[in-house]
Amino acid sequence: MAKRIDVSGLSAYYGSVRAIEDISLTVEPRTVTAFIGPSGCGKSTVLRTLNRMHEVIPGTRVEGKVMLDDVDLYGAGIDPVAVRRTIGMVFQRPNPFPTMSIYENVAAGLRLNGVRGKSDTDGIVEQSLRGANLWNEVKDRLNKPGMGLSGGQQQRLCIARAIAVSPDVLLMDEPCSALDPISTLAIEDLIAQLKNEYTIVIVTHNMQQAARVSDRTAFFNIEGTGKPGKLIEIDDTPRIFANPSQRATEDYITGRFG
Amino acid sequence: MSLSHPSPIRKAKNTAAMAAMGLALVVALIPLVSILWTVILKGAKDFNAYFLTHSMRNVAEQQDSGGAYHAILGTLEQVGIAAAITIPLSLLVAIYLVEYGRGRLAQAVTFFVDVMMGLPSIVAGLFILSFWILGLGYQVSGFAASLALLILMMPVAIRSTEEMLRLVSPALREASYALGVPKWRTIVKVVLPTALPGIVTGMMLGIARIMGETAPVLLLVGAANSINGNPFSDPQGSLPLFVFNESQNSLQAAIDRGWAAALTLIIIVMLLNLFARLIAWWKAPAAAR
Ligand SMILES: Nc1ncnc2c1ncn2[C@@H]1O[C@H](COP(=O)(O)OP(=O)(O)O)[C@@H](O)[C@H]1O
Ligand SMILES: [Mg+2]
Repeated sequence: MAKRIDVSGLSAYYGSVRAIEDISLTVEPRTVTAFIGPSGCGKSTVLRTLNRMHEVIPGTRVEGKVMLDDVDLYGAGIDPVAVRRTIGMVFQRPNPFPTMSIYENVAAGLRLNGVRGKSDTDGIVEQSLRGANLWNEVKDRLNKPGMGLSGGQQQRLCIARAIAVSPDVLLMDEPCSALDPISTLAIEDLIAQLKNEYTIVIVTHNMQQAARVSDRTAFFNIEGTGKPGKLIEIDDTPRIFANPSQRATEDYITGRFG
Repeated sequence: MSLSHPSPIRKAKNTAAMAAMGLALVVALIPLVSILWTVILKGAKDFNAYFLTHSMRNVAEQQDSGGAYHAILGTLEQVGIAAAITIPLSLLVAIYLVEYGRGRLAQAVTFFVDVMMGLPSIVAGLFILSFWILGLGYQVSGFAASLALLILMMPVAIRSTEEMLRLVSPALREASYALGVPKWRTIVKVVLPTALPGIVTGMMLGIARIMGETAPVLLLVGAANSINGNPFSDPQGSLPLFVFNESQNSLQAAIDRGWAAALTLIIIVMLLNLFARLIAWWKAPAAAR
């Protein structure tokens, strides 16, 4: 069940350092939204506030509101663990569990959360691996270690692992930056398919990738080191790339800085 | 500047460095090999099934008879009890320090672990002697020795487990959190299994260390010559102590028994190591096999 994300007045801190300031944006269900911007402008931080992963780091703090449909994720009585079950995440470096087989990696979200029942799990594992376009490559070696796969396959394994718990939203932090061009294309194709079922937010350093996979693009920037990152603009992707409304966006996209 | 061959000077330096490393390796191996060689040579004479299954009960010193069964049993029980208490306790302390510990309490625990690390074994023995036997009035027993041994094993076990837990990549913890797995489950199901081979190795090093301890045992165990399977009352035997006592004797029969007991101790430690390696291999990250 894809859901809408509504962010308003969001700031996030590492200790006393404010990393992002006053971010407001909306992500529609069943769309892909790309976050672009120079390194250190807070793309990852914004992404991690969306599923409350930011607070996993000691000393961090968040202000503002993140609504998932009509639930305030930072509201009183909200369990961050449950939030993360609803909003899945894929990281920059593929990070399958090294002690687990391919099968166990995909089933990890279910098993670690105490879901039992073998036949159910078999079905979900197959469905998730098919969903991640990995089934045909691994169906004969499900019991082999997940770490034995290539980097691109590992990343698709991580995507399968993330969708196996049927989240509403999928967050991806530069999921292709450690991959070769072929694996990158495989992931991009996959994103285009996943869009039919999930709300997707993807951070990318690759402008062409943002143009290829996303419906909406958000451009973030910082004024200087030590200053908090800000959202410059968010708009339909073709518009951002053809004629952005902000000068800074145009400079960044045309490669004049960043 | 030529790109073709390494310069003669670099070649010479390389050769010299290789020779120095080879020499250092040989020098480091000499004591190890000669100890093993001597113990095997001298211990083989008395080392047999009879030695492993009989005690020293009613055996006169000059008699070429008797065995170390009472001492083997005692050592296994004393070390077993010490390990059974230390392993879970040190695991919990290490998890606390790595995953939860912040601020004063964690600093204090780390400090005490460091201090205990350097504690001479005789001091641990004296502490249990004055606290458990002189203070609380218990008699010497295998368990009293276990108490001293666990004091010695605890810091080693905590520190090595801590190191292993810290080696587990934060990316794995995050992967687990991002699946909506609570922190404690992440620790139990992801962090511990990943670190397990290293943890097992560390625990085994701790066990091997206390297995050969003589000083605390000397003060606490009572040095029985006959079999006592109950570590909680009456004196027990102990392998390191048996080696010590027999080697103090001038009679050849006793000295032979001492060597055989030393060989037994080495073999037990080696078996434990082998066992740890098996567990480590069996539980190792599947890709590393
Ligand atoms: N774990 C952290 N501790 C302290 N500061 C951090 C941490 N992670 C990121 N930051 C800071 O927050 C700012 C934004 O970082 P990040 O969100 O990673 O940017 P991006 O993903 O756009 O490169 C940077 O100034 C960075 O130094
Ligand atoms: Mg980043």
